[in-house]
Amino acid sequence: MDLFVTLMAAIFVNNFIFSKFLGICPFLGVSKKVETAAGMGVAVIFVIALASAATWLVYNFVLVPLNLAYLYNIAFILIIASLVQFVEMFIKKSSPSLYQALGVYLPLITTNCAVLGVTVTNMESNFGFIKSLVNGVGAAVGFALAIILFAGVRERLEKCPIPKPFQGFPITLITAGLMSIAFLGFSGML
Amino acid sequence: MDINAILFPVLVLGCMGVVFGAVLGFASIIFKVEQDPKVPLVRECLPGANCGGCGFAGCDALAEAIAKGDAPVNACPVGGAAVSEKVAAVMGVEAGSAEKMTAFVKCQGDCNKAKTKFEYYGSDNCAFEATVNGGRKTCNYGCLGDGNCVAACAFDAIHIVDGIAVVDKEKCVACGACIKACPKSLIELVPYAKKVRVTCNSLDPAAAAMKACDTACIGCGKCSRACPVEAIEMIATKSVPPAKLAKIDYGKCVGCGKCVSECPKGAIVKYN
Repeated sequence: MDLFVTLMAAIFVNNFIFSKFLGICPFLGVSKKVETAAGMGVAVIFVIALASAATWLVYNFVLVPLNLAYLYNIAFILIIASLVQFVEMFIKKSSPSLYQALGVYLPLITTNCAVLGVTVTNMESNFGFIKSLVNGVGAAVGFALAIILFAGVRERLEKCPIPKPFQGFPITLITAGLMSIAFLGFSGML
Repeated sequence: MDINAILFPVLVLGCMGVVFGAVLGFASIIFKVEQDPKVPLVRECLPGANCGGCGFAGCDALAEAIAKGDAPVNACPVGGAAVSEKVAAVMGVEAGSAEKMTAFVKCQGDCNKAKTKFEYYGSDNCAFEATVNGGRKTCNYGCLGDGNCVAACAFDAIHIVDGIAVVDKEKCVACGACIKACPKSLIELVPYAKKVRVTCNSLDPAAAAMKACDTACIGCGKCSRACPVEAIEMIATKSVPPAKLAKIDYGKCVGCGKCVSECPKGAIVKYN
């Protein structure tokens, strides 16, 4: 039950994009089409799940015993960047079809603040291994949900007669703001 | 101040960096994907517009497919004979001849010929207009003329003339971008050399088609009977009575133009 609450909280209440404002760059950059947004979302879920596990292991078995916990930021960035590179090489070799689906998005996530944000949240909340993983996957699913919903809205926006001053990014940012307000409705749930 | 307080973290992080670097280094050797040396050579011959006209994800993907033998050397519709010869030289095979194709808009219901059922003040977007009761034209199959195909064309080869899209066949490279953009599925690829084409896409029954447009194919079948080589087939809908539409088999058509003079509605046209 506790894990389920963690998962739901990470997806809806503490949605990374709409309530923590992390990962805005891919959120705005890769949300023009639902198809690419879905690809990005899946890639983020994949990377955050791996990163949550890897950073938890390194933090608890390397940094804490050596009294270097304060170095977590720089260590996490190092871990995430290497991990993404490694995963990219691995799936390129082992599964070309998966590489075609995720490959182009993986380098984009290498230094994504949403990934770092999840791992830092896990660490600061003193989550156990499983709970870190659940929280990470939840946050990533929240990210995927947000970006896919947003891409759906943007696809329709493309076809609307928008006044000139609002065309392009202005209307996109206004839309993102409105969706963020909508997600505010979840905040009292858990 | 204890110098170790600085040295130790630096050492630890340095070690982590070295370990990760080594792992990545080994991984790049272990997981190395062999690439055919022909791929970059083939890729160099291709135009690089990434239009997707060949059906692959882009020029890189096509180059890979050609090198592997999954695609013929003349698979690039944009480059035509010049490119396929170069690619063939790289691959060491004969180029063969690819028939030159061009996109063609099967509608001549311009402002004068086609009737409208309402005034449309929405955005200039065919896909959008098509959602409003099929668009302003009485004919539900005709060109709406808002120019989604014009926007999709990367080669400036399609334009709106008198309210309908017209392809400039000299500029057209047959990439197929307009075909995907058209919400009415009105555009098709036809052989560049075949001049006689049915310029109507209406599958309305004859009476409705006649009311909607001055040059609609009413499915009378005169062209089909007049054709000396039996190249015209009448496509029929499953409705009762079936609505029919003439369709030319370009493999058989000899371009005699008998159907053109026979058509009572002027829906078959011989282009120069």
